[in-house]
Amino acid sequence: MISARGLIKRYGDHTAVDGIDITVPKGQAFGFLGPNGAGKSTTMRMIGCVSPPTAGELRILGMDAATQGPAIRARLGVVPQDDTLDTELNLLENLVIYARYFGIKYKVARERARELLDFVQLSDRAESKVEALSGGMRRRLTIARSLINEPDLVMLDEPTTGLDPQARHLVWERLFRLKKRGVTLVLTTHYMDEAEQLCDRLVVMDGGKIAAEGTPRQLIETHVTREVVELRFNTEDHSAYAEKLDGAAERVEVLPDRVLLYTDDGESSVSEVHGRGLSPASVLERRATLEDVFLRLTGRTLVD
Amino acid sequence: MAVMTTLAVRNKGLRPAPMVERNYAVHRHGWIMIISGLLESLFYLFSLGVGVGALVKQIELPGGRMVDYAVFVAPAMLANAAMNAAVAETTFNVFGKLKWMKLYDGVLATPMRPRDVAAGEITWALIRGAIYSAAFLVVMAALGLTDTWWAVLAFPGSVLIGLTFSGIGMLATTYFRNWPDFDWMMAFIFVMFLFSGSFAPIENYPSWLQWAVYASPLYHGIELLRAFSLGDLSPMLLVHAAYLAVVGAVCMGFAARRLSKLLYK
Ligand SMILES: Nc1ncnc2c1ncn2[C@@H]1O[C@H](COP(=O)(O)OP(=O)(O)O)[C@@H](O)[C@H]1O
Ligand SMILES: [Mg+2]
Repeated sequence: MISARGLIKRYGDHTAVDGIDITVPKGQAFGFLGPNGAGKSTTMRMIGCVSPPTAGELRILGMDAATQGPAIRARLGVVPQDDTLDTELNLLENLVIYARYFGIKYKVARERARELLDFVQLSDRAESKVEALSGGMRRRLTIARSLINEPDLVMLDEPTTGLDPQARHLVWERLFRLKKRGVTLVLTTHYMDEAEQLCDRLVVMDGGKIAAEGTPRQLIETHVTREVVELRFNTEDHSAYAEKLDGAAERVEVLPDRVLLYTDDGESSVSEVHGRGLSPASVLERRATLEDVFLRLTGRTLVD
Repeated sequence: MAVMTTLAVRNKGLRPAPMVERNYAVHRHGWIMIISGLLESLFYLFSLGVGVGALVKQIELPGGRMVDYAVFVAPAMLANAAMNAAVAETTFNVFGKLKWMKLYDGVLATPMRPRDVAAGEITWALIRGAIYSAAFLVVMAALGLTDTWWAVLAFPGSVLIGLTFSGIGMLATTYFRNWPDFDWMMAFIFVMFLFSGSFAPIENYPSWLQWAVYASPLYHGIELLRAFSLGDLSPMLLVHAAYLAVVGAVCMGFAARRLSKLLYK
């Protein structure tokens, strides 16, 4: 469905996407994880054929992105990071007119628009203006709009960022249904639970490059240990414990407020800690998550 | 496969229709705005043509023919109205959609291309302008400001003026950064309106100014419409029409290219 080789995007002398390779087969749900500014949206826009790559090869649905943009876009559904809904039209008109951009006949457009409003549970709002919608409703409308041409590939850039939990779960549930129908999904997110639930395969992007790739399980196995033990001590300064805990687990990471032990066997690590005569105020043993991978690969410093 | 072939074929030509349909859907509920635009240009006709005409009774054309001043000024008002309709639509409205509503960012995620968007907006501007012009011509005839059937040709003539200024407007919009730029544009247009032979034959101007006026597309538009409404035809009209067509086509071509650059980031 998508194949990119050495894909590069530069803005002036700033490199937003720095030579990435990706392959997405049909029917897969493929995710981009990464901190802000990693180049996820830029990559999505290049795949969506609205941003010409500076260099590299990009083929989508068997066509060349550089020369066959309109034909590719005809079979793509796009949910951009910022909603680009038509604020001068009501919900139904938004979908119908969008269908017309694809050259879909008016009668078919109206039928599909009604069905899709139903699909995202906005039928009772068909005649409202977009301005009157909450963030979650807008997102759902954008998702409905992206499906108006019955696309083979749907691109979703942060589909649930800023939504309340109810709205997120509704969106996830709708995306699951699409996946079941065999629609190929490509999404970006910085919610780990979203990535874990929806994506068959992930890449972690950082600084325009791909830092890691695999299934959620593979990523955890390759980049962190199976379990993590979180220790808190009664102290202002946890850095003193770095030395004392050295060797108690595969890897020890000291944070300002706690110490993380990466280990394949949490229990024996905990007894090792007690064996060294240390008594933490709290001990939490848990399975390693995608979040641990993410933080390991992209660092803990805040990027904005 | 059939769908893809149709799309591939269709993508060779321009697709202005969806954008026109979108604008129609917006204005279906807002006809008041269109009517108010029409009233504005008719108001101009009354105040300048009929009002000033009461003071300046008659004017001598370069050929020596005497005509009522209102008859002389009316086609210039029509040309001005056609220009204003085109400019308002392709600058204020398009800029709003481009920079504030980010409308085209959504449109371009579909098979629509920047040139389809440009063609659609220009077509819409022409439709709107054509409605004004038709109504304006009817009022002109009713007031006895024209008495020849050649005046019917002033209708396609004013659509041509609309085409030229839609192209110019679109191109200008791609360079605008913010609203103050529009004030400059409005000032420029007003000066052009004053010095394009609207109120007196340009033969009365000093010769250096005449040359500047020849560059003004509005001047050629006014000459064209005035010739039609006075029934005063000459081969020069082909030059006027050709100038308008060339300026319009060149601006449209550049506008579509500029729009691609702005939107395909
Ligand atoms: N239109 C643009 N012009 C200049 N720089 C841009 C543009 N779009 C994105 N960038 C830069 O490219 C980098 C990647 O941005 P983006 O793809 O939006 O990241 P992400 O979606 O992962 O947060 C950022 O440093 C951003 O500032
Ligand atoms: Mg982004």
